[in-house]
Amino acid sequence: MKAFKVLILALFAGILIYAASDLPFRGDPDNLMHAEESITGTPVKGNYFIQNAYRDTRTPNMVTVVLGDYRSIDTFGEQVVIYTAGLITLLVLRKTRRRRK
Amino acid sequence: MRRQFESPIVLLGARLLSPYIMVFGWYVIIHGHYSPGGGFQGGALLAASVLLIRVAGGRRVARLQIQEFATTPLAIIGVVIYFATGLVSMAMGGYFLDYSALPIPGMDPAWLRYTGILIIEVGIGLAVMAILVMIYDNMVRGEDYD
Repeated sequence: MKAFKVLILALFAGILIYAASDLPFRGDPDNLMHAEESITGTPVKGNYFIQNAYRDTRTPNMVTVVLGDYRSIDTFGEQVVIYTAGLITLLVLRKTRRRRK
Repeated sequence: MRRQFESPIVLLGARLLSPYIMVFGWYVIIHGHYSPGGGFQGGALLAASVLLIRVAGGRRVARLQIQEFATTPLAIIGVVIYFATGLVSMAMGGYFLDYSALPIPGMDPAWLRYTGILIIEVGIGLAVMAILVMIYDNMVRGEDYD
């Protein structure tokens, strides 16, 4: 049984290494994600963000610009999600004192 | 349950450390435009500084810092700051959460967006801090500490 587990793990590691050998190189300017147009001819949004983030908001941190300005409704959704989590703990975990008769 | 007692050494260490963690949390929120950070991370640091006092001192000492009933309104204030920023910019003629329509005089749209990002980061930080403290308070409510 233990040999079976080791075999499964080795097989999975082999699959992952084979898949990772096909990844694009990091920082290669010819990557598809760095192109101005995708395969289908539509403009890539990340390219616009990289080129215009500082000019639009005067903020050097590009991640903050994408989170706070370009994709701010998504961030608002995240905040509502954690707010809902807090309210759920308020409803579920708070013990109400029940009078026992 | 084991009997618990107050340790003055732990409480002194927590009192020494807590203000610096809180200042660093505000630094992470405010300086998020130039360095890694932002509302969520800074809010977690603020919550860490509040929870340190709560863990070390118990309920009676923690009552001096942020009381238990104050966490829910703080969370609501944080969410409302974010939502009101979007709503004000929509009322002034822009899109929802389009900060360049905010009614602050004497700024061009780029600096208005800068200010809008700062406002919503403060709102996120407040909400995250209040919600983490609220989760802790609700989880330990039935326990016999203090």
